[in-house]
Amino acid sequence: MNPAAPEPQSGDAELYRVMRTIRAFEETVVELVNRDEIPGTTHEYIGQEAVAAGVCAALRSTDFIASTHRGHGHVIAKGASVSGMLAELMAKETGLNRGRGGSMHVADVSLGVLGANGIVAGGVPFALGAAWGRRNEGRDDVAVAFFGDGAVGQGLLYECLNMAALWKLPVVFVCENNGYAVSLPVADAVAGTIVSRAEACGIPAVTVDGMNARDVNGAAIDAVERARSGGGPSFIECITYRYAGHHTAEPSLKLTYRTPEEIESWRAKDPLIVAEDWLSDEVRSRIDDEVADRIAEAVEFGRASATPAPETANDYMYANDNDRVRGVLG
Amino acid sequence: MARTRYMQAFAQALRDEMLDDERVIALGEDVRQSLRRVTAGLHAEFGDDRVLDTPLSEQAFTGFATGAAMVGYRPVVEYQIPSLVYVAFDQIANQAQKIRLMTGGQVKVPVTYVLPGSGARRGLAGQHSDHPYSLLVHAGVKTVVPAFPDDAYSLFRAAIRDDDPVAVIAPAAVLGVRQELDGMPTEPVPLGRGRIHRHGTDVTVVAIGHLVHEAIAAADELAEEASVEVFDPRTLLPFDWDLLFESVTRTRRLVVMDDSNRTSGIAGDIVSAVVERIVLDALPIRLTRADVPVPFSPILEERVLPSRAQLIDALRTVTSERPNR
Repeated sequence: MNPAAPEPQSGDAELYRVMRTIRAFEETVVELVNRDEIPGTTHEYIGQEAVAAGVCAALRSTDFIASTHRGHGHVIAKGASVSGMLAELMAKETGLNRGRGGSMHVADVSLGVLGANGIVAGGVPFALGAAWGRRNEGRDDVAVAFFGDGAVGQGLLYECLNMAALWKLPVVFVCENNGYAVSLPVADAVAGTIVSRAEACGIPAVTVDGMNARDVNGAAIDAVERARSGGGPSFIECITYRYAGHHTAEPSLKLTYRTPEEIESWRAKDPLIVAEDWLSDEVRSRIDDEVADRIAEAVEFGRASATPAPETANDYMYANDNDRVRGVLG
Repeated sequence: MARTRYMQAFAQALRDEMLDDERVIALGEDVRQSLRRVTAGLHAEFGDDRVLDTPLSEQAFTGFATGAAMVGYRPVVEYQIPSLVYVAFDQIANQAQKIRLMTGGQVKVPVTYVLPGSGARRGLAGQHSDHPYSLLVHAGVKTVVPAFPDDAYSLFRAAIRDDDPVAVIAPAAVLGVRQELDGMPTEPVPLGRGRIHRHGTDVTVVAIGHLVHEAIAAADELAEEASVEVFDPRTLLPFDWDLLFESVTRTRRLVVMDDSNRTSGIAGDIVSAVVERIVLDALPIRLTRADVPVPFSPILEERVLPSRAQLIDALRTVTSERPNR
């Protein structure tokens, strides 16, 4: 423990545990993608852990999140089963989505996770609808919409900011500005500032260090409190970075949109390194061991699980009359 | 018995569902004032929590409805102009419609999309004259197109009660249709049940929406020449294939009348489904809209839409051919 570090806060161990879990999960996912035990590609969250951990630590299990294509961290931080999520990525029947969704659609609605989403900004309006619904029932649950800097180019995001402000919805907009929309630098994608979009709608907006889970958590606590108490939406821009490519297939493309020096400069600000100063070596190593065991169990669970039966490919398409609706022409 | 207008029955269906189930909400553009009369009076009766005027943000309010549906509401979303569903298409076809399967059945998405006044209406031109049903069906969205007031009432209610996204399309040309009804129908009509309006033995006409009325008129006009069966699918997805196959097995001739674009339109699917199963006595005929945007000039508009005159010609053609067996 760094002697100059501030006193540990009550939530530090939990923030660290969540971030370590996400990091270990994502490192394992990359291995499994490379071994072809996970089909398709996935979008790694490595580097951005402080955002998911800091935001979700401000939430209850009855609150909602709408996630993104880079969603594993959000889902873990909201409390979903790591084994269930890994089994989902491994396309198994025991996965959270029974192997029907995969990385880009992973959801656990029982925990308020309305789903990752394969379309940029596509899930943001779900947060508005869920938040409105609970408020309409007299509850004080809130909904967080996660999105990246790329979503700032989507008209749907603006529509949602406007509607949430008009209707004073209990929504927290969390922009994870990791600097790039795939390969497009944010400076080439966003005119003006990101927070000015929210401010134009009268939504309180802050920019925080997205590599520091305490800073993110502090901003999230303020925003969530504002939402719960009827103060309407808030906007948090988290400045963060992803060390890996846009997705697991990117290394093979040999893209040149950023330099190794830039990546290294961000690794020096790694959210887990930042958090090291908050906890004793003993506490950290205990958490690291627990996380390693949990991930190892998840891998075993995923490998031991069955794939869905091929004849169930049409299952769950419709809630009413699934067999009758499909099956005639299809 | 009373002469009941289509729009009156349509609006009554929504009101009755809102009375029966407090989870039913209505949202869309100008729904408090109700330009389309689907929601007329509902704001005064049910208030701000049940009737929501939205900004002109079709993507956002469509996705909002999905989110509300995921937490237990039954939103009814009105698109004031049917082609506004194109603006919202990702949120319908790629989000709401897919979420249940993508989540392995974790959620239901009981949203109803209402498209009142679809199709060409003389002079509304290229962007306000479509019937987007073939597109919605292609995307897997349950879709109903009622032709009569009683079906407008029953099927709109069935759509709201269904646990999946359902599009309800009310063609502009039927909004003024009147029907003698002894109150609103009390017997529910499930989605996916067709209706035979005229029984016949020589040819089956499948007509969609407002074209059902053209088909009935053509059948009456040709009564001396041919016995025409008029089949109204009412629901395009799920489609009542059993009833259609039974009909065409008897008549062995088929004409399909569909006011959407010919290419990748539902008329092609209907013909294909039939000829894959049944050997016909004459080549089937599709009467569809031409593959062009509806031109503004009424004489051009008329030129690109399927007409009763075309249907009468087609019926004469298919019934004049000798059996090929």
